[in-house]
Amino acid sequence: MQQTATPGQALAEHVPPLSAHEAIVEANRCLFCYDAPCTHACPTHIDIPRFIKKISTDNLIGSARTILDANLLGSTCARVCPVQELCEGACVLGSEHKPISIGRLQRYSTDHIRQRGIDVIHAGPATGKRVVVVGAGPAGLSCAGQLARLGHSVTVYEKRPLAGGLSTYGIIGLREPVDASLAEVEMIKRLGVAIETGHELGANLNLDDLLRSFEAVFLSVGLGATPALDIPGEEHIVDGLAYIEQSKIDPTAMHIGRNVVVIGAGNTAIDCATIAKRLGAESVTMVYRRTDREMTAYPHEYEFVKNEGVAFRFLTQPIAALELNGKLVGLKCLRMKLGALDASARPTSELIPDSDFILPADQVVKAIGQQKPAIAKKLGLATEKGYLKVDDNFMTSISKVYSGGDCIRSKGSASTVMAVQDGKLAAHSIHRSLY
Amino acid sequence: MADLTTRFAGIKSPNPFWLASAPPSNSGAQIHRAFEAGWGGAVWKTIGPPVLNVSNRYGAWHSGNQKMLAINNVELISDRPLEVNLREMAEVKRAWPDRAVIASAMVESNRMAWHTIVRQIEDTGADGIELNYGCPHGMSERGMGSAVGQVPEYCEQITAWVMEVSKIPVIVKLTPNITNIVMPARAAVAAKASALSLINTVNSIIGVDLDTLQMTPNIGGKGGHGGYAGPAVKPIALNMLSALGTDPVVKGSGLPISGMGGIATWKDAAEFLLLGASSLQVCTAVMHYGFRIVEDLCDGLSNWMDSKGMATLDDVIGKSLHLVSDFKDFDLSFRAVARIDTSKCIKCDICYVACNDTAHQCIDLISSDGKLVAPHTYDVRSNGKQIAVETRPQPIVREEDCVGCRLCYNVCPVDHCIEMVEVSSGRESVTWDEICKGQKDVTEDWEKMKQYRDKVGIHIH
Repeated sequence: MQQTATPGQALAEHVPPLSAHEAIVEANRCLFCYDAPCTHACPTHIDIPRFIKKISTDNLIGSARTILDANLLGSTCARVCPVQELCEGACVLGSEHKPISIGRLQRYSTDHIRQRGIDVIHAGPATGKRVVVVGAGPAGLSCAGQLARLGHSVTVYEKRPLAGGLSTYGIIGLREPVDASLAEVEMIKRLGVAIETGHELGANLNLDDLLRSFEAVFLSVGLGATPALDIPGEEHIVDGLAYIEQSKIDPTAMHIGRNVVVIGAGNTAIDCATIAKRLGAESVTMVYRRTDREMTAYPHEYEFVKNEGVAFRFLTQPIAALELNGKLVGLKCLRMKLGALDASARPTSELIPDSDFILPADQVVKAIGQQKPAIAKKLGLATEKGYLKVDDNFMTSISKVYSGGDCIRSKGSASTVMAVQDGKLAAHSIHRSLY
Repeated sequence: MADLTTRFAGIKSPNPFWLASAPPSNSGAQIHRAFEAGWGGAVWKTIGPPVLNVSNRYGAWHSGNQKMLAINNVELISDRPLEVNLREMAEVKRAWPDRAVIASAMVESNRMAWHTIVRQIEDTGADGIELNYGCPHGMSERGMGSAVGQVPEYCEQITAWVMEVSKIPVIVKLTPNITNIVMPARAAVAAKASALSLINTVNSIIGVDLDTLQMTPNIGGKGGHGGYAGPAVKPIALNMLSALGTDPVVKGSGLPISGMGGIATWKDAAEFLLLGASSLQVCTAVMHYGFRIVEDLCDGLSNWMDSKGMATLDDVIGKSLHLVSDFKDFDLSFRAVARIDTSKCIKCDICYVACNDTAHQCIDLISSDGKLVAPHTYDVRSNGKQIAVETRPQPIVREEDCVGCRLCYNVCPVDHCIEMVEVSSGRESVTWDEICKGQKDVTEDWEKMKQYRDKVGIHIH
């Protein structure tokens, strides 16, 4: 396949911004529902009709402030939220007409202030209280920003070179470019939040020191690496999150296979398959041990990647990565069949004996979820299903230590917007605890 | 196919749709094209004394995604030489003998000047003359247009001068910029005019530019009032049309009325006809979409008439006029309540907030298990479309408390979701006028009113 675009162009933001005219026409379509269902459906409960009405009245600063007041990461959420499952899915115009394009309107307002360097959210009067946040992903930034709005002095420690967490590193640039994430990081910094990168809890930070120096700690450490498949030849298999990361940070140096197989069928797996396809792989096949009915990817993501030309092999279990002369040549798999329902009411999958076959592949990417937070055990924090256990106030089993984001998501599916809401609510809990 | 043939004060046209005297009828070439498109007639853009125009002469009022719900203009009468207009008028009439060609005119308030212009118009073969007593800007500063229409005595005097010499029908066009439209109409009747037309444009200022603080539109650093027209003025026009149709003097004169003011669709046209107009003039809608709109004006009107079994315009004209009443004659015992069709309701709750904040607080939000719920009370930790949609309460009208104000009906975005249902009030029919005549003390004393209400069973919460 002939490369017609640079890797950066091939993975540039997929949804175009709304023009001013499109935005106003769309905003005027909004009925301005009272106590609107879109607002209820939004985990951060942005007053959506209010921010949309403000677009229609040309009050974009007020519109952006309405968004960020409820959700400091409104610019990221405008891009990455599964709006079909949330606000837009609840739009009263959805049944007979097209729901309002809430996500794109939210992006329109937040882009407006970003492009003009306008700050609409400000730090509160200084309280002299100090709080530390560990992990500068969406939950951490949301918590830090909210605490700064309440007047507290906040330091965020981040182990990676860049802040933003999965927004920066883990979401395909097609949906959220790095600069959108980093602009949000800068906005949080302008609230007076100090972000120190290269600091990792359990490496060069320890909790006792933090508790001595700060009045509260918020742990937003996310999840761990992709778990091992425990199959022969695993050393040839590429980690999906690292794959996405390189596509965002250094796409030109990225090695893309000719025949790529992606193991997994969640949203990260779909991002990996999209990257491979867009950056020149001849064939991309996603393998999943169950069927399209059980896959965790959002339906709209599944539709998207099918249109990208990605093939699917359902009911397929990899059992070995095959090499020849030290090079990966294929993935040996077994066929599966659906069995009884498991505890979460999903059918289990069962191996069909002697059904093995080989998928030719010179690159295999695994995106089968992330390991549960390892930090819990190290710090002696109570867990629930392997995730950090928190109470209704987001406090962990250790007093003054709070947590939110993917690392506490023992129920429901992890998402940026849920993390943002955790951070916001935790900030208010911490705030209350300081007095 | 219903017959749309129009006879108006002796002027014939194949349909009731005439271009109003305005920019669309500025030249023979335009009117040729309008007639090719199917317009039944045209009232030529007003001819008269020399004028000079300005740029940025049209402003407009837009709402939401709808452009130009109204236009406002400071354009004057025709700025083309009089003899050019008269020559083209003659050419158009020769080319289109079956169409109505009417000259709108306005000259200084001088008997000889009016006699001269009337004779010049008659020489063109035009079917009629419309006296422009309505232009609210520029010309009125020179003692013409609405400066005449606002003073019934002037209106009568000038009309009389015209009638002294005119051999063709004369239509007096009225300005709405007056407290009581009936007065200048009666003046026209007294002067023996052949017909009336209304409304001309309404005095208006479009607005101010919030970037520059300049007037909109900005006419070289200034701005001012101009004539307002288009869909937004239709209700004003219908009211004035009805006021003439129900006035004993005007009605008794039998003068036909050419209706205009916001006609954009055949539905608007049918309403003007039902309230007594017997020809129709259109400007703003044509300025928005071009001459082509006449096709649906005729087609839609004709199809509607067919569906109603109306064969000619005489079956339509004035058919609803007898229903136009004063408040004092309304039946105070008539009762209607709002009813929400829950199968159509999309639960936007616009009706709820409108009723609760600004009307009579009689819509409740009811949960699926029948409980009354307050808005904004869901758990902030709940989210997602499923919960948001499934737990959303249903707005329901408490009919016993509903006063039937009809606000919810008006704000509901879904067709036929909220209907006003007539219900029995259980009371004898009575009007305010009848109460005034029979029990005057009830209308003057709150205590007596209270007793009256208790007696007949009127409960206001």
